[in-house]
Amino acid sequence: MLALIAQASTANDVGVNVAQNVAFYIIAALMVWSAFRVVTTDNVVHAALWLAVVLVGVAAQFILAAAEFVAISQVLVYIGAVMVLFLFGIMLTRASVGSEDKVNLNNQGWAIGIPVALAMFGVLVYAVIDAFEDSVLIEPSAEQIAGTTTAISDGYLGPYLIPFIALSFVLLAAAIGAIVLARKD
Amino acid sequence: MYAANFLVLAAALFCFGVFGVIARKNAVMVLMSIELILNSVNLNLVAFALMNGVTIDGHVFALFIIAIAAAEVGVGLAMVLLIYRNRRTIALDELSEMKG
Repeated sequence: MLALIAQASTANDVGVNVAQNVAFYIIAALMVWSAFRVVTTDNVVHAALWLAVVLVGVAAQFILAAAEFVAISQVLVYIGAVMVLFLFGIMLTRASVGSEDKVNLNNQGWAIGIPVALAMFGVLVYAVIDAFEDSVLIEPSAEQIAGTTTAISDGYLGPYLIPFIALSFVLLAAAIGAIVLARKD
Repeated sequence: MYAANFLVLAAALFCFGVFGVIARKNAVMVLMSIELILNSVNLNLVAFALMNGVTIDGHVFALFIIAIAAAEVGVGLAMVLLIYRNRRTIALDELSEMKG
């Protein structure tokens, strides 16, 4: 990673945009800290709010990667709908909210997660650096960025039509299933 | 922008999510960790869309994952509510009737 940063500061000829990189690292640091707090905080509601910060950061990274339609969908679906669902779930299960009643939110064997996660991170970073060390993301032109949403709709109504319809049925089944499960008889 | 930037960030988010799934006892917090994992995959897909020419397939798959994640959270939280209603707890280590 450090080698990559050093490389990025010197290699201006391969289309590395400095402003984009600076914004990326600021948002990435915020996201990593927020994700850390999601899995370590003692308060369930705080975890949900830290998760909202991570989701906003992901949306910002989508905009940096010229995927503004996905970014807007992320904001609408995740921060609009999924976060409200999480807060309702926390409220309805009466999880201990305040910090006055200190409950342990972790399993007994939670420490086994640390070596597992670190080992997995090491393997993933090794694989990523090994495979994608020199690959540079293309900076799309203004016309390409303006045509993104058109291209997405063309994709959905063209080659991805069958998966799109299948996804609609999955969502319908999930909605009906959630109602059936949560309904009080 | 190097592709590895996005991929390493996504790997970090993924590992935080895996840690949360292993370590957390509250079922709602496990669902939150799963959201972290799904979002890291979305970051990867959007980065891959810019790697070999400007393609749109990564965006389409990311939108698919967003929709699937919404469905997953809906069904998951309904199950958590059902468990809470029957057992008055959502601590995952106490749900062990199936253990032999």
